[in-house]
Amino acid sequence: MTYTFLQNYWWILVSLLGGLLVALMFVQGANLHLGNRRLDDTRKRMILNSTGRKWELTFTTLVTFGGAFFASFPLFYSTSFGGAYWVWVLLLLTFVFQAVSYEFYAKKENLLGVKGFRVALMANGFLAPFLVGTAVGTFFTGSDFTVDKAAIADPASPVISTWGSGWHGLEALAEPHAVLLGLVLVALTALLGALYILKTVDDEPVRKQMHRTVRMVALPFVLLLLTWLVVLLLRNGFAVEADGTVVIEPHKYLHNLLQMPVVLGMVLLGIILVAYGVFLGACTPSRKGFWFAAGGSVLVVMAVFFLAGFNNTAYYPSTADLQSSLTIRNSSSSYFTLTVMSWVSLLIPFVVAYIAYAWHQMDKKKITEEEIQGAGNKY
Amino acid sequence: MDVVIWSRLQFAMTAAYHWLFVPLTLGLALVMAIMETLYVVKKDDFWKKTAQFWMKVFAVNFAVGIATGIILEFEFGTNWSNYSWFVGDMFGAPLAIEGILAFFMEATFFAVMFFGWDKVSKRFHLASTWLTGIGATISAYWILVANGWMQNPVGTTFNPDTVRSEMASAAAFWEVISNPVAVSKFFHSVTSGWVTGGVFVVAVSGWYLLKGREKEFAKRSILVGAIVGLVGSGAVMLSGDSSGVHAAEFQPMKLAAAEGLEDGGPRAPFSIVPGVKIPGMLSILATHDLDGFVPGINDILRGYTDNDGNVIPSVAEKMERGRKALDALAVYRELRETNQDSAAVAKAVLDEHVQYMGYGHLEKPEDVVPPVGIVFWAFRFMIGLGMLMALMLLLMGWFTWKDKIENKKWLLVAALWCIPLVYICGQCGWIVAEVGRQPWTIQGLLPVNVAISSLSAGAVKTTFFLFLAIFALFLVIEIRILLATIRKGPQISEN
Repeated sequence: MTYTFLQNYWWILVSLLGGLLVALMFVQGANLHLGNRRLDDTRKRMILNSTGRKWELTFTTLVTFGGAFFASFPLFYSTSFGGAYWVWVLLLLTFVFQAVSYEFYAKKENLLGVKGFRVALMANGFLAPFLVGTAVGTFFTGSDFTVDKAAIADPASPVISTWGSGWHGLEALAEPHAVLLGLVLVALTALLGALYILKTVDDEPVRKQMHRTVRMVALPFVLLLLTWLVVLLLRNGFAVEADGTVVIEPHKYLHNLLQMPVVLGMVLLGIILVAYGVFLGACTPSRKGFWFAAGGSVLVVMAVFFLAGFNNTAYYPSTADLQSSLTIRNSSSSYFTLTVMSWVSLLIPFVVAYIAYAWHQMDKKKITEEEIQGAGNKY
Repeated sequence: MDVVIWSRLQFAMTAAYHWLFVPLTLGLALVMAIMETLYVVKKDDFWKKTAQFWMKVFAVNFAVGIATGIILEFEFGTNWSNYSWFVGDMFGAPLAIEGILAFFMEATFFAVMFFGWDKVSKRFHLASTWLTGIGATISAYWILVANGWMQNPVGTTFNPDTVRSEMASAAAFWEVISNPVAVSKFFHSVTSGWVTGGVFVVAVSGWYLLKGREKEFAKRSILVGAIVGLVGSGAVMLSGDSSGVHAAEFQPMKLAAAEGLEDGGPRAPFSIVPGVKIPGMLSILATHDLDGFVPGINDILRGYTDNDGNVIPSVAEKMERGRKALDALAVYRELRETNQDSAAVAKAVLDEHVQYMGYGHLEKPEDVVPPVGIVFWAFRFMIGLGMLMALMLLLMGWFTWKDKIENKKWLLVAALWCIPLVYICGQCGWIVAEVGRQPWTIQGLLPVNVAISSLSAGAVKTTFFLFLAIFALFLVIEIRILLATIRKGPQISEN
């Protein structure tokens, strides 16, 4: 195995984990629907319990995505996390509240009340996809940082990666194209959430509301996604030349799409699958829409990562100093670490298999009003 | 205060808070897995209800543990940016493996365990309960591999082209994961979790006896809890002994601080409390040899010859050589593309002194001395409280076995007091381990003041208080819910 192969392999794995994370953020999307005024408290608890059996998978995927990114491309971790401090801290806080909200939600000793934790879950439902989307959006717009590895020998300022903006990441909110991707993700996860509820909850009023939600969110989602894509294909990109020099290249991402037909195919197939899933949820009584939409989401997100990182592109560009931009070549772990990690990655199918088995066992019985009113364990 | 202090405070607070929830998770997981196994084997519904009650307690505690674990992972990047780059090549791998191998197991099977009673078969449910605990234990292993490497950085070499510690070969990964410090830390931490779980179960059950309710449930729980706790206590002592030997070998300053040993030597005494010493005992504990040389703080500062005959230079000399290494690194970085001959000369100087490069960042030799008072007393509280816990577990188990426990009101009350004490005991252990290795983020390689992110002290101070407020809120809610759950009880109808 060559070093280049391993770097590519790990970029694919990080992309896959990113895709799975977005698809699993149906949990966040579904929690956004806890604000639906047409649903009473019992129905809201049915939604809560439906995602309550799955939120840890999403959470764990986030942790693993972070861990895998750290392990394979540590310069991204040290540059982005330490630099865009407030974005990551904010994301962290919403997930921290989410993690305890299920367990605390219905307990009368919870101090903040049912409403308090419902708000926490909804805040996470919006902010998690929004912030993740905006952060990934900066893969294409660039960020204000410099990397100087010699700095560590300088006692006066030993930090290698320094951030230019005093806003430490929040400045991305003034970057429309990045924010747009945040909104795309909010709409996508809201759709996935509604489709997931349709799949797992057996209750007429809930299902009626979710059909309605899918119909309402579908159009804004398509418009947001298309706008983001068109702007992406028209904008300047950050290309890497053979000697590692980073230069601005007009229409770089359009070129990437055309020069990597596989990625073009993934984008098209992904969009078709999402559209079909949404159609099933909006216009038919089928419960299967979720699987199509989730599968399609994984493909599209992976394609977005491929556009950012492959075909000699800098995936985390610096607007302050082009040559500080991160590429999958200059930011990765060493050959040996990537080798060891690649062996470990062979266990992933096994992990996926037992998750699928447990998921199937747990979802055979749908969530009903009786279960929520009954005596068994529930949130 | 500067950004280094606030970053340290924030990380210390998060880690300490996280360690309030992890030990109970590890211990209760074993207790309830044993109980559910008894249910399946004996086909006795009583054990099912007993296991289910402790699972409720487990679930409340588990959620906060998860919530605080992710903060630690993020904080490596957000607050320790230089560290993340410098060690990312080695440190990220255990975190990623922890996610892939352990967290998914925990997350998947926790959901089956908690919600699956009526959805999956008895055996699949039992397997899920065990797998939840095994997942938590595996996760402890991988994070302690990462921590163990910070205490004893094996298997890596410094690469001046990338400016980081890199895995020296694929086989070196084996060195990293079999690092003796990591292995004994793993056993020490996990089995201390068993003690915590055991003490918690025994003490809460004792409370029911004091109240004269749930008697059968309480007595059976005490027996299971006491056995788990006592097995844990024994293992904690054994692994604690090897932790001491490792500290002597790899982190002599930590051991000197924990003992308050100013001047060491052969037949070094073990200090029980200031003024009360057992002659020669420290040499025996640290080197398993009465005549073993144990360096004190001053020996380490001045330099000494260790038991294998190696001459350990003074800290001042290490600092001088460290500065040479840093200067050579700067020259090498500047010239490596334009003047390769001069760069090669710089590289040779770097290679000669690189093992002390971390010392080049220190300002004065005394910087290598951790806060002795904190480490000294934390060490004593840890050992003293640990022994007290074992004694309490033994008495509770014994009197329950003899069916005399209900008359021993004093013991039941004392057991309740052991709940806060067992947490203090565990926290003290981590204080010894982590405060004792100051000023190093990575022993000898990277001091804390070079490991940070380029943030303002104000930013980190803000997040510190933000986290403090959230942690306090969650702790209050968690305790309220736990108390309510315990007051309500398992509600098993008894004859």
